[in-house]
Amino acid sequence: MTRLSGGLIDRGTTLNFTFDGRAMTGHPGDTLASALLANDVRLIGRSFKYHRPRGLVAAGSEEPNAMVELRTGARQEPNTRATMAELFNGLSARSQNRVGSLGFDLLAVNDLMSPFFAAGFYYKTFMWPKAFWEKLYEPMIRRAAGLGSLSMLPDPDSYDKGFLHCDLLVIGGGAAGLAAALTAARAGAQVILADEDFRLGGRLLAESHALNDAPATDWIAQIEAEFASLPNLRVMTRTTVFGAFDHGIYGAVERVGDHLATPGQNVRQTLWRITAKRTVLAAGATERHIPFANNDRPGVMLAGAMRAYANRWAVSPAQSVAIFTNGDDGHRTALDLAAKGVTIAGVIDTRAGARAQGDYPLFAGAVVSDTKGRLGLKRIAVTREGQTQWIEAGALGVAGGWNPNVHLASHHRGRPVWNDDLLAFLPEPGAVPGMVVAGAANGQGSTHAALQSGAQAAIDALAGLGMTAHQPDLPRAEDAPVNQAAFWHVPGKGRAWVDFQNDVTVKDIKLAHQENMRPVEHLKRWTTLGMATDQGKTANVTALAVMAELSGQSIPATGTTIFRPPYTGVSLSVLGAGDTGTHFRPRRLTPTHTWAADQGAVFVEVGQWMRAQYFPRAGETHWRETVDREVLATRAGVGLCDVTTLGKVDVQGADAGEFLNRIYANAMGSLKVGMVRYGLMLREDGHAYDDGTCARLAEDHYVVTTTTAQAGPVYRHMEFARQCLWPDLDVQLISTTDAWAQISVAGPNARKLLERVVDGFDLSNAAFPFMACAELSVCKGLRARLFRISFSGELAYEIAVPARYGNALMARMIALGADLGATPYGTEALGVLRIEKGHAAGNELNGQTTAQMLGMGRMVSTKKDSIGAVMSRREGLTAETRVLVGLQPVDASARVAPGMHLFTEGGAQNTDTDQGWITSACYSPHLGSMIGLGFLANGADRMGEVITAANPLEGQSAALRVVSPHFVDPEGGRLRD
Amino acid sequence: MLIPHPLLGPRDAQEFTYLGDASLLNRPDGLADTAPEAFNDYVYLRDNPAGLHRELWFHEQGDRSWLIVTRNTVTHEILGAELARDVALAAMGGAQ
Repeated sequence: MTRLSGGLIDRGTTLNFTFDGRAMTGHPGDTLASALLANDVRLIGRSFKYHRPRGLVAAGSEEPNAMVELRTGARQEPNTRATMAELFNGLSARSQNRVGSLGFDLLAVNDLMSPFFAAGFYYKTFMWPKAFWEKLYEPMIRRAAGLGSLSMLPDPDSYDKGFLHCDLLVIGGGAAGLAAALTAARAGAQVILADEDFRLGGRLLAESHALNDAPATDWIAQIEAEFASLPNLRVMTRTTVFGAFDHGIYGAVERVGDHLATPGQNVRQTLWRITAKRTVLAAGATERHIPFANNDRPGVMLAGAMRAYANRWAVSPAQSVAIFTNGDDGHRTALDLAAKGVTIAGVIDTRAGARAQGDYPLFAGAVVSDTKGRLGLKRIAVTREGQTQWIEAGALGVAGGWNPNVHLASHHRGRPVWNDDLLAFLPEPGAVPGMVVAGAANGQGSTHAALQSGAQAAIDALAGLGMTAHQPDLPRAEDAPVNQAAFWHVPGKGRAWVDFQNDVTVKDIKLAHQENMRPVEHLKRWTTLGMATDQGKTANVTALAVMAELSGQSIPATGTTIFRPPYTGVSLSVLGAGDTGTHFRPRRLTPTHTWAADQGAVFVEVGQWMRAQYFPRAGETHWRETVDREVLATRAGVGLCDVTTLGKVDVQGADAGEFLNRIYANAMGSLKVGMVRYGLMLREDGHAYDDGTCARLAEDHYVVTTTTAQAGPVYRHMEFARQCLWPDLDVQLISTTDAWAQISVAGPNARKLLERVVDGFDLSNAAFPFMACAELSVCKGLRARLFRISFSGELAYEIAVPARYGNALMARMIALGADLGATPYGTEALGVLRIEKGHAAGNELNGQTTAQMLGMGRMVSTKKDSIGAVMSRREGLTAETRVLVGLQPVDASARVAPGMHLFTEGGAQNTDTDQGWITSACYSPHLGSMIGLGFLANGADRMGEVITAANPLEGQSAALRVVSPHFVDPEGGRLRD
Repeated sequence: MLIPHPLLGPRDAQEFTYLGDASLLNRPDGLADTAPEAFNDYVYLRDNPAGLHRELWFHEQGDRSWLIVTRNTVTHEILGAELARDVALAAMGGAQ
């Protein structure tokens, strides 16, 4: 165990964890990455393509290499960055993307085959023979290139979502972010401060700089104490703001329980939607490396990360380290590590005039040109003026300068602007409305500049809201200028990695240039640069610089990438935010649901509704047995079915009739009070949209019904017509679908049953004929509506009562109707009854059919203008000859299935000879065979003809006779008795 | 996105259902001689501007108002929202 002095870890507590099964220990405050270093683990994973041994590169969310699988069982989580995994007792971590052990990965052979995996290889190789792709190449590549593996078990944890609103959102809790939050919160603004780390301070925690001559953590503690006293400030640590969306909306993920062995009663993660009037982006900067040959060995890392590990976590990747830098920043790392007792094997500075800032060997005007060490760094080659010498070093810190984290400032397609002094892209000012960028994210990277710019950003942001904030008393801090030379990569023969995670080298970029894939978008796709899970945070700018050098252009002329959310990976679980399984959408229960459940009903999902599908009885062994019984009982006695789910819209006003005239293809204004009429709605393009009934309860009061599926859309459509097309009409709409429980009472005994519940209401055929409707009372005083309409072809009524009485009414009617054969039926029997009667439903009204096809062409009134009327008369629709017919198999045992296509008997079966299709089919207990409804070309003239229904995909076919779609009571006598 | 509802203030776009071009308000007269051509244009022809666009949004999870929202399709900036009913009435000659 190698620990340095100091650090922000609690040495009094020991945490046990395992890596690839080896038991190790760490302390609270550690990340998995720092704990692994403390346990002398440098080799953490294998690279994506070449399976090269890899170790830590960074100390934060930009880490490209150290991807591990965390936890076991259902909580197994692949591709987690070790740098972001907070250590907890019992954590189990495993390396991934290897075949065999981490030390001896069988797929490391890919490294030897690297010439085959050059840029664009998947566009060039594996192309022949074609048949090999699916069977051999693709599975092989997937196996070789996969990262971690999934548990294949359901996620046992809970996820949540939440909504927050604030005056100012501060993204990043480093020097700039703390100053901004303090300034704004003191001014009384509603402030949210979010940081992806589990501890506030950002880079202040990683540096040895003093604030007011004291450790930075003293000042942070003082600020945090003040934060705790400010109710208008919400501090959210472990929270990554991953995207800047429209109108000041930001997406954030709070890792509520990721740092716990199990989240317990709490959620694992929360997805926050933050609506901010203003935003200060203080996301800091990410260090970049300098590619040189074999720069990917475990032990070669970013110098700033090495410094963070030493200062914050008291670990060093090796006892003897070297630094490769193009500026002063690398020297800082050397000084900090030396102060902690780490041996500095040398500082290699590309600048010829560089000077040592402490007691360490300096190689000025030199570069690192190669490395040695199979599973970890052992030696580096230092080349100066053509002379190379090898130096022993267990780790190498590379300092290539800092790239401001401009990501969120670019989510609205803002293009970062190149700054020659800082050798970096800065955010485009104003690219995200309401956002001000401060601190290192804006190129103001010294501690002093970060503090000052953070406070100023808050003052400016609040000024835009008419709020006055004042500069707080900020601590004295270092203010060293950026001092570096433009030096992007070390030329040479060996492979020099630019993008570690996707194994993209300088050679690949050269090849892309040679093959004219020069625009940055082409470069990305040809080489896969920046397309790994780290999105090239440590690679993209360096790659641009290499491409610029090759093409002789400036870096800004070469381009920049477009940044899109998310900033770092977001799990699908938290995006789902708990809306999974039964929580995926609301579940609507019908008013008779508990009664149906008590009867042992089997339920079916119909959109959001749960409807009783059928009511099995003891001894029934097959659903068809139950459905046949329900159908026959309805046609013989009386059946009851909850039809509440059909949409109901109350239409009131002096112009209600005129409004419905325009909505429905047929006339509704002429309907007499107390009567019901079938109504067909068209879409404006002339196709059938929906059907239902219109009941006129009063001169100025209609109740219309829609199909269950279209209840929402039809209501929306009616409101559109009312508000946007005919606002001059005096008409009001309200959806009453959930307000009324509606029960269908169908069968020859329907009237007898209803007579037992109505309060002195005359149900005789003369007083209440077919298609009558009335408001009445039932069960001694309960208000109700009664409609004499039939979907089944039987004598039938629909009775509506306020929804809360639906359950009781159903139970009452079943009890009162015992001697009449009262039987509940579900949606299956409902379907059979309506197919037997030839009524169109959703299968026939599928958006592709017309009134003419449904046999209702003459219903479309030519005397008035209604929605869809004009377009329904166009040639293309009127020339359509397919109409709804009934289909009955010649052989009663033949199977009829929806979706079968219709052909002339004995003729060819192809798209040219296709004559229609079957929309609905069922077994008809009435006829003792399966029957179908379908659309058949010239169907009305082909009654009695035998045709072929075919399902060529499954090799099925049946001979069917064309008949009337009204299999039951075609004259309609039963309805009217 | 936030939509400035003229009656209810800024509301989240998730509360709304989108329909499209506000030209749908200009429904032709179905009894006119030119109705077939006029309806063909009305049903099928839409401008698809890069820039300002007047479009219909329905406050389905709210007060069920149809709104005409003026939105910049390039930047998603919303310049205003009106009740479609008011716009339609004004087009009819202000017959309130």
